[in-house]
Amino acid sequence: MKKKNGLGPKLYLAIVFVILYAPIFYLMVYSFSSGEKMYNFEGFTLKHYKEVLQDTRLLIIVLNTLVIALLSAALSTILGICGALAIYYVRNLRTQNALLTLNNVLIVSSDVVIGASFLILFTIVGVKLGFISVLLSHIAFSVPIVVLMVLPKLNEMSPTLIDAARDLGASRWDILSKVILPFITPGIFAGFFMALTYSLDDFAVTFFVTGNGFSTLSVEIYSRARQGISLSINALSTLIFFATMIMVIGYYFIAKRNQRGAGMGVGK
Amino acid sequence: MQIRTRNLYLIPYLTWILLFVVAPILLIVYYSFFNVDGHFTLGNYQKFFTPVYLKMTLSSFWYALLITGISLLIAYPTAYWLTKTKHKQLWLLLIILPSWINLLLKAYAFLGIFGTYGPTNKLLESLGIGTQQILFTDFSFLFVSVYIFIPFMILPIYNALEEMNHSLLDAANDLGASQWTTFRRIIFPLTLDGVKSGCQAVFIPALSLFMITRLVAGNRVITLGTAIEQHFLVTQDWGMGATIAVFLIIAMAFIMMLTRKRK
Repeated sequence: MKKKNGLGPKLYLAIVFVILYAPIFYLMVYSFSSGEKMYNFEGFTLKHYKEVLQDTRLLIIVLNTLVIALLSAALSTILGICGALAIYYVRNLRTQNALLTLNNVLIVSSDVVIGASFLILFTIVGVKLGFISVLLSHIAFSVPIVVLMVLPKLNEMSPTLIDAARDLGASRWDILSKVILPFITPGIFAGFFMALTYSLDDFAVTFFVTGNGFSTLSVEIYSRARQGISLSINALSTLIFFATMIMVIGYYFIAKRNQRGAGMGVGK
Repeated sequence: MQIRTRNLYLIPYLTWILLFVVAPILLIVYYSFFNVDGHFTLGNYQKFFTPVYLKMTLSSFWYALLITGISLLIAYPTAYWLTKTKHKQLWLLLIILPSWINLLLKAYAFLGIFGTYGPTNKLLESLGIGTQQILFTDFSFLFVSVYIFIPFMILPIYNALEEMNHSLLDAANDLGASQWTTFRRIIFPLTLDGVKSGCQAVFIPALSLFMITRLVAGNRVITLGTAIEQHFLVTQDWGMGATIAVFLIIAMAFIMMLTRKRK
């Protein structure tokens, strides 16, 4: 039924892949250069890695970033599940659409607007800019994507399942924990990973709401990159790349074992 | 019982909506009516309609349009052929993987690649074109932006292609449609939702890419995002920044309406 790709398409895909990966490998290769610039590879060295690993400030920032990502992903997943259930249980179609529209506002909003408006919000409410403000904003902008990942799974679920459980005397908590949650687990995982990605990848929002004392990796990279090229950034990005690879491969195998098609946090 | 269940889930969710969706928008609008000294004014809006700001807005839209268009042109065939590869899940994973690498690192890589002594210029030299200033030009801004956004364009299109009912293609084939007709009349219309979400996912961020403009475009390209960042974090003129943000929000709402999915 499906035709295989000919030579042309294969070549096209190959070029896209090369262009997608070339800059990343370029970064990685120069992390081993003993020079100080990102051209003319000089000799092989690991000194930039040593620099990175000895930089306690940087390591604290990495830790901050991970803590923020995991915490915000976990909390926004819980909030997002609530949101999806709330939308699911609202039977009025118009209310449902209104909620969905409000939900999507933050997804389509540009980072800069989110960042600026959260900055105003935190300043007015009196939240000190730093860990808390960054965490709150990451939770805030991850919630809608979790909702969008979970909701289709809920809609896929046959309502008779819940009716049957209720007829058999299941309590509300039983219905949630034994019927609904197991059914929507792939959506939850997808949402969690998307939230994690959003948090790790975010720069603009964090840049607005982070104060002087607190920094995440992307903000740190930005301020270093603005000062010009330093090969320790290359070493750092190589490390990040491999960490990402391990995470993705791990996730791929989990998804494959589950065989439920949660596919790469993309969801269908 | 149903009603109590419903209320329970709505409480945290509505709190989130009020605090982080409704309140921020209202605050942006509110702040747009104040000048630097905290006095109520309409001056920010007047200023926005001067040629300086209008030109910036227009050029920001133009760049975003270019970035979206080029991304779509590259991403659609990629997604299409990707669905026909053998281990497509794995290939898709490999396409998405770069999008997990921080965008700043990718922009940073181009500081080296496009640099005066970088490999691009080496290539140009060996082709006899000679060294060019690539960094801090419109080209570098467009290239880096497209590079960063491509995975986000491929993904929704790929999903739409996968969801498509393939028996329709067989039907078209049986009825004698050429490949191009099949694509134009069946595949593309059926994946239009994916294209729309892809365009949405690219266009709006492209309006506000202040970090890329700062890193690889110097001050050649000023987007709406750059201006907002400038006003909020550098000149501390929150009122004017909020005013630009108001227009960005209006633009976003407009784009959302334009790309709304048919149900």
